[in-house]
Amino acid sequence: MTDMDDEEPLLIAQGLTKWYGRQLGCRDVSLDLYEGEVMAVVGESGSGKTTLLQLLSAQLEATAGRVLYRMRDGVTRDLSILGEAERRFLARTDWGYVHQEPTLGLRMMVSAGANVGERLMAVGWRHYGKIRGAATNWLERVELDPARIDDTPQTYSGGMRQRLQIARNLVTHPRLVLMDEPTGGLDVSVQARLLDLLRGLVADLKLSAVIVTHDLAVARLLSDRIMVMKGGEVIETGLTDQVLDDPCKPYTQLLVASILPP
Amino acid sequence: MNTPAYNFAYLDEQTKRMIRRAILKAVAIPGYQVPFASREMPMPYGWGTGGVQVTAAILGPDDLLKVIDQGSDDTTNAVSIRKFFMKTAGARTTTSTRKATVIQTRHRIPEAPLGEHQILVFQVPIPEPLRFLEPRETETRRMHALAEYGLMHVKLYEDIARHGHIATTYAYPVKVDGRYVMDPSPTPKFDNPKMNDCAALQLFGAGREKRIYAIPPYTQVKSLDFDDHPFERYRADGTCALCGAADSFLDEVLTDDRGGRMFVCSDTDHCETRRSRRSGEPQQVSP
Amino acid sequence: MPVVIELSGVAKNFIMHLQGGVRLSVVADVAFAVKAGECVVLDGPSGVGKSSVLKMIFGSYRCDRGQILVHRGAQHIDVADAAPRRILGLRRDAIAYVSQFLRAVPRVPAIDVVAEPLVINGAVRDAARKRAGELLRRLNIPAPLWELPPATFSGGEQQRVNVARGLLPERPILLLDEPTASLDAANCAVVMDLIAEKKRRGTAIVAVVHDPNVRNRIADRVIDLTKFRAAA
Repeated sequence: MTDMDDEEPLLIAQGLTKWYGRQLGCRDVSLDLYEGEVMAVVGESGSGKTTLLQLLSAQLEATAGRVLYRMRDGVTRDLSILGEAERRFLARTDWGYVHQEPTLGLRMMVSAGANVGERLMAVGWRHYGKIRGAATNWLERVELDPARIDDTPQTYSGGMRQRLQIARNLVTHPRLVLMDEPTGGLDVSVQARLLDLLRGLVADLKLSAVIVTHDLAVARLLSDRIMVMKGGEVIETGLTDQVLDDPCKPYTQLLVASILPP
Repeated sequence: MNTPAYNFAYLDEQTKRMIRRAILKAVAIPGYQVPFASREMPMPYGWGTGGVQVTAAILGPDDLLKVIDQGSDDTTNAVSIRKFFMKTAGARTTTSTRKATVIQTRHRIPEAPLGEHQILVFQVPIPEPLRFLEPRETETRRMHALAEYGLMHVKLYEDIARHGHIATTYAYPVKVDGRYVMDPSPTPKFDNPKMNDCAALQLFGAGREKRIYAIPPYTQVKSLDFDDHPFERYRADGTCALCGAADSFLDEVLTDDRGGRMFVCSDTDHCETRRSRRSGEPQQVSP
Repeated sequence: MPVVIELSGVAKNFIMHLQGGVRLSVVADVAFAVKAGECVVLDGPSGVGKSSVLKMIFGSYRCDRGQILVHRGAQHIDVADAAPRRILGLRRDAIAYVSQFLRAVPRVPAIDVVAEPLVINGAVRDAARKRAGELLRRLNIPAPLWELPPATFSGGEQQRVNVARGLLPERPILLLDEPTASLDAANCAVVMDLIAEKKRRGTAIVAVVHDPNVRNRIADRVIDLTKFRAAA
């Protein structure tokens, strides 16, 4: 049994607060995520969950609070102290960010193979054959037809584009993946396949992930831990089954009770 | 009638000073695009205003100026620009690559190797090599600053995926001094190796885009490629119909409308020099 | 034999905010201990809190007061108080839980549902599936059903898949919530044998069982939860 006492969290948020002028994005959010853990952040529109995700990935600057990340050298660093070059490098190698809208996370005018290979080229891969081989490999892993490696995502369906976005993010073996409603807007059967794929990949690659979703079923399926947000505040947080089976706060009870039974 | 009196080489001294400062900065940071306050010139954008401003800033009374366009001294634009400097600076001009001290060029590098006493000034339309992949200036500046050039290789990858080889034949991107990726202006990729370790100073001016960049003498310039798809100079098969050169860049000239064509050296001075050497005639210095 | 599970002063309330804040007190001051190789059965009428106590030990219900200690060699973890990752760790290698109804991930074949606890801990998938198959066969789930997702199975079949998943891995603690409720006599006997084997291997077991025959067969002790009923 691994000794957990000396294991450090991979990602730590302390008192994260974001004001957009006088509009509250989120207030005083803290969490710590360990390697191999998946945390779902659930809430309705305006809950602040997407703001939180963007703060965690340093796409937004916090009004207060900080985000700490343990890099591959084992040292935990405050993201705001890192230089921009380092942050961008992390974003390309150690992190993945899956947008709800796949066109935001892809280069639509460039072939699927180039989309997947771009991160590799950005970290110095210079052998065309190997880049193409890695891209082919990843297309297969996300259950895309490798024969379409030279097609642009413009010719792909929504579900395929989302898979491509996932492949593009995972090619550099990131340790932390942030996902914003990864199955939002997809047909139900497409959603189901994508969820199965995500579940498998997270387990196989031992990814840590923060998944923003409004769908409690997605949270239950994919995550170990859950954070419920409303109006920018954290309402409740804990083990997924604990919070969903034994909701404590009124809002959580409301959310859980609102799910339509199939 | 009063004829207008021009300052030497048209630009006022303050402007020349400003441009020289930009040039110095560019030389200090090889391949980096230095913004400069491009002036209104008596020719429209797209006709070499950047190159003309750079030449105007560095030209002195002792210089010998050569101007070529696509390798040729006698095309309209080359003639116009040469006359411009004759009029505004009283410049002495030549068609000889070997003798010139300042060579302004559009879209070609001369065949004859250049020396330490020479400066080559390129006319540049779009200085940003990443522009067609990333339209945002804010983003491309950041990419250069952080040396994030993955996107450049994406373009080359796409070429190979689509055409089986890197299809870029001109304006082929290069890495300068191991740091900045640069657009060498729309010179054919055939000319890229000439930029590497060149004894002359190479200056690049983009008037509409308001950028100046430079390659100092003896700087490493490497064309981007893949390990398994290395850079190749492309050349049409054939020799020059006029001088017989087998290793210069050739223009294809249609001779009739029945498909007749011939190849001739793009660099007219190179061709003439070879021909006069063969026939023993002295070379002409045109006005 | 060493004590593996120790509850003391455990209390559980539900506050139904959607129903005007009604407070349901389920249990109060629950205290008992379970040794390795021992099977403790929780008894009492429906609604007394038997499943709740099991879930509190597993960590899927919150515990309002008290301690739920899990002893593992030199480690002592209070489930009532532990950080989420500690509980996740316990679930990975210390506690197996057979719930009352199978709650399986959709679209996953039955054999993979059963094999998953082994695979998560690093077992090679093929070897894990082989062992899962052996257990399923023992529980009279025929091979043709193995590649099908259990959602289409009968209640009894689903429960046997559930039991297989909970009993396949070797864990020091096993929690069982009505493991034989929807089983016929033959399968019931198989499950009782499996539980007996676990006991012999030193597993500490806490079970909720209604059937008196099953209870007599497996229980070393019966704890009546009515004595821990919260004061009205």
